[in-house]
Amino acid sequence: MSDQVYVPKSKFGKWFNDRLPLLTLASHLTDYPTPKNLNYWWTFGGILTFCLITQIVTGLTLAMHYIAHADLAFESVEHIMRDVNYGWLIRYIHANGASMFFLAVYIHIFRSLFYGSYKSPREIIWIIGIIIYLLMMASAFMGYVLPWGQMSFWGATVITNLFSAIPLVGEGIVNWLWGGYSVDNPTLTRFFTLHYLLPFLILGLVVLHIWALHIPGNNNPIGIDVKKPSKDTVPFHPYIVIKDVFALLMFIIVFAFFVFYSPNILGHADNYIEANPMVTPTHIVPEWYLLPFYAILRSVPDKLMGVVAMLSAILILAALPWLDTSKIRSAVFRPLYKQFYWILVVDVLILGYVGAMPAEGLYLLIARVATAYYFIHFLIILPILGFKEKTIPLPLSITDPVLGGFPNTKIVKKKESLD
Amino acid sequence: MSEKKPERREFLFTASYAVGAVGVGAVVWPLIDQMNPDASVKALASTEVDISSVQPGKTITVLWRGKPVFIKRRTPEEIEEARAVKMEDLKDPEKDEDRAKNPEWLVMIGVCTHLGCVPLNDKGDYNGWFCPCHGSHYDTSGRIRKGPAPLNMEVPKYEFVNSNTIKIG
Repeated sequence: MSDQVYVPKSKFGKWFNDRLPLLTLASHLTDYPTPKNLNYWWTFGGILTFCLITQIVTGLTLAMHYIAHADLAFESVEHIMRDVNYGWLIRYIHANGASMFFLAVYIHIFRSLFYGSYKSPREIIWIIGIIIYLLMMASAFMGYVLPWGQMSFWGATVITNLFSAIPLVGEGIVNWLWGGYSVDNPTLTRFFTLHYLLPFLILGLVVLHIWALHIPGNNNPIGIDVKKPSKDTVPFHPYIVIKDVFALLMFIIVFAFFVFYSPNILGHADNYIEANPMVTPTHIVPEWYLLPFYAILRSVPDKLMGVVAMLSAILILAALPWLDTSKIRSAVFRPLYKQFYWILVVDVLILGYVGAMPAEGLYLLIARVATAYYFIHFLIILPILGFKEKTIPLPLSITDPVLGGFPNTKIVKKKESLD
Repeated sequence: MSEKKPERREFLFTASYAVGAVGVGAVVWPLIDQMNPDASVKALASTEVDISSVQPGKTITVLWRGKPVFIKRRTPEEIEEARAVKMEDLKDPEKDEDRAKNPEWLVMIGVCTHLGCVPLNDKGDYNGWFCPCHGSHYDTSGRIRKGPAPLNMEVPKYEFVNSNTIKIG
């Protein structure tokens, strides 16, 4: 929020800007005051934008060669891999790009959880983010179906069958989704259409996400409100831009490692077998980024309740700004929350692990305990913690702990009386 | 809110909204309904299967409406086992007599009622079928006995055209 009114220097600039204030927007984005203490966990917003653009660009080029037909899709993907110039590279970037996108989004989400970025006044940013996350999962799922391999086919069958759990209308909805009585060509063509559409919806939501962010401004590792602009902020360009670019380069190294050295490690070998509606692979698993939710689905022995639990696990996040009753944003000043936060991280990792294992014996027991804990964290621990927890006093400003040492109540009081 | 009579204008507003809603609905419906199974999909409604070569104890799988259908020629022991089960032991109580009109032949859609995987033949704790996806066990009548699936495997409409041919659908 730059408060000074921007006036373009050139005459043409002024003429244009009076008619369409794009230059004002550009100036806002460059000067945008950003808390100066943002750490590297804050670079994932930029990284995610990069991921989205990468997926759109590689996706558009793949669509020039891919054929969305049950008889031809599998071969057309092999054609891309073997015949199309750099087809292998584009497809591997696109396939691994989905995983990198989720890696970044999970870091981004857990960053918000740690620093309380979802709290007032940033609830709308958070909720838009959750919608983006849901659309990402839908896009990724439908994209995984397109190569029409065994995992594509059976993943599509299992996920679309989740809707059959709905009482009365479930069966009708599933046949409507399939355009038939099983996953088949009509399903493939509509999934391709939607897989093409959703990234653009995500792009639109990203614009809203950033717009909503620019109203209150960034949260920061200390989680206190920052006066803008002030000595606690730096302009977005060049300070944050250069930091984001550096982090992005580090991220691209990891990305490139997967693309060039182990492009199939995150996929599943069964997807190199063409879809066969007569045979289900002996062990079907979703992509790694959906495993925690898959574990929750399987941990409930009832079909409808399993689906309800899985959806609730995601939707509960949208209610987080109200479930977390603590007014203190950053976990830095919440000694108990900090511990529960890390327990949640471990819990989700355990869910991811057991989601990849067969749902029996000890794995099933672990999945059930971890599922229960997941809900306990959000529904019981967080609401109570806000009332019970003794938090550490907040500094007055970002600069304060650096210049004035650790805040003690005397200094805080004196400064308040000066204001 | 005062107790005044609705005016002409309010009536016009309400009527306009109502007509508008019907119009929107009429436009949206074709866009939704186009996703439902089309005429060509519905046309593939029945399949005839030659079962003369199926040995006792063996299962063949045929494709009907894009779904696998199990046709099992059961052995006397398997029929015995299916018929001996008490109704109270079943999650979805159904008599074997109702599922297999001709007890030697069990015809059912080979799709797990949990999330649609194809169960494996002659596996599981009840000598029937076992679904590898989420661990549902079915007995020799294709009834759910253990695991997350809520219902027995569905018996489609079928008939014996002659002693060697079954028509499904």
